[in-house]
Amino acid sequence: MALRPEHEIHSRRKGLNIGIGLMLGAFVLLIMLLTFTKITSPQFQIPASQANGVGEQVPTSTTGGND
Amino acid sequence: MTDVTNSQTFEGEPQLGDYYALMKPRVMQLVVFTAVVGMLAAPVSVNPVIGFASILFLAIGAGASGALNMWWDADIDAVMKRTVNRPIPAGKVSAQSALYLGVALSGMSVMMLGLSANLLAGAMLAFTIFFYVVPYTMWLKRSTPQNIVIGGAAGAFPPVIGWIIATGDIVVLEPWLMFALIFMWTPPHFWALALFMRNDYDDAKVPMLTVTHGRRATRNHILGYTVLLVILAVGTAFTAIGGWVYLVTALVLNALFLKGAYDIWQRDEDMSEADNFAVERKFFRLSLWYLFAHFGAILAEAALGMGGLF
Repeated sequence: MALRPEHEIHSRRKGLNIGIGLMLGAFVLLIMLLTFTKITSPQFQIPASQANGVGEQVPTSTTGGND
Repeated sequence: MTDVTNSQTFEGEPQLGDYYALMKPRVMQLVVFTAVVGMLAAPVSVNPVIGFASILFLAIGAGASGALNMWWDADIDAVMKRTVNRPIPAGKVSAQSALYLGVALSGMSVMMLGLSANLLAGAMLAFTIFFYVVPYTMWLKRSTPQNIVIGGAAGAFPPVIGWIIATGDIVVLEPWLMFALIFMWTPPHFWALALFMRNDYDDAKVPMLTVTHGRRATRNHILGYTVLLVILAVGTAFTAIGGWVYLVTALVLNALFLKGAYDIWQRDEDMSEADNFAVERKFFRLSLWYLFAHFGAILAEAALGMGGLF
């Protein structure tokens, strides 16, 4: 049996699906724009835990241990 | 709430416009306008991208609360002439879809506003959605004639949230003056509507003041609240968000509004029936311009304060 390229429900919901697709695309663009705006802001600070590279922890003390 | 879902018949697939209508677009317009004014009246400038995104998420949050309101109120919306064409009673969208849409957009909008602006703005939006849906829609609306008075607070939060988006601060007078302006404006606005919508609220068994205390008491309340509103609105001219433009606007609009409330107070039901509630309808239309003009004047004062940036 040949596969139908488009189910009947797809044509019925075409307008809705296109609308949701466009909105999701716009949402992704907005998040990208927001992220660039935030990280290029003068107030932006890299979190201390990320300052020395991804996943590395900042030493809690610079004076060494007691051992 | 009654079981609207099971008794509904649906005509075709719901379209995007039907879901948009669930979000009460006209209320969203008011939310966006007053929130933008609140944001721009603040003494801190906002990055345009952050400002745009934050107001958008606030509008989505307001729309989400509108969808949740329509989900809960589907039974009374089906009875009232004013609301019978809303998507759920009109059979375009199921009540369950409205619930899912409202919950999903509420969570998304609160989270995104918290990320785009600050956590306080997100928290305040969450509280506003909660206040509108639970205390107002689910509880007060069907239990007390003060429903509009207390519920009006939900519609008054957007300029406060706009201010918080800009400043991250809530412990100042100015945003609460804007809050009070909408809060005091809401009762006369809705009671005028209740007067000329006549039996709508009776049929739906919603305890509006017209139903529980009669139309005479409603006319008295409209005048009483208008007097308090006039004092507040004109007094705001002498605060940090006021000025000459605002003062002139407030004096003109409040004189007209007070005259309208006085005219309503003077009339009885026979007089209103004779001209099909012409004075009440005129007062209702004026109330829309009243709020728009006051917030427009606050915006103008902010623009003048920015030294010609606009």
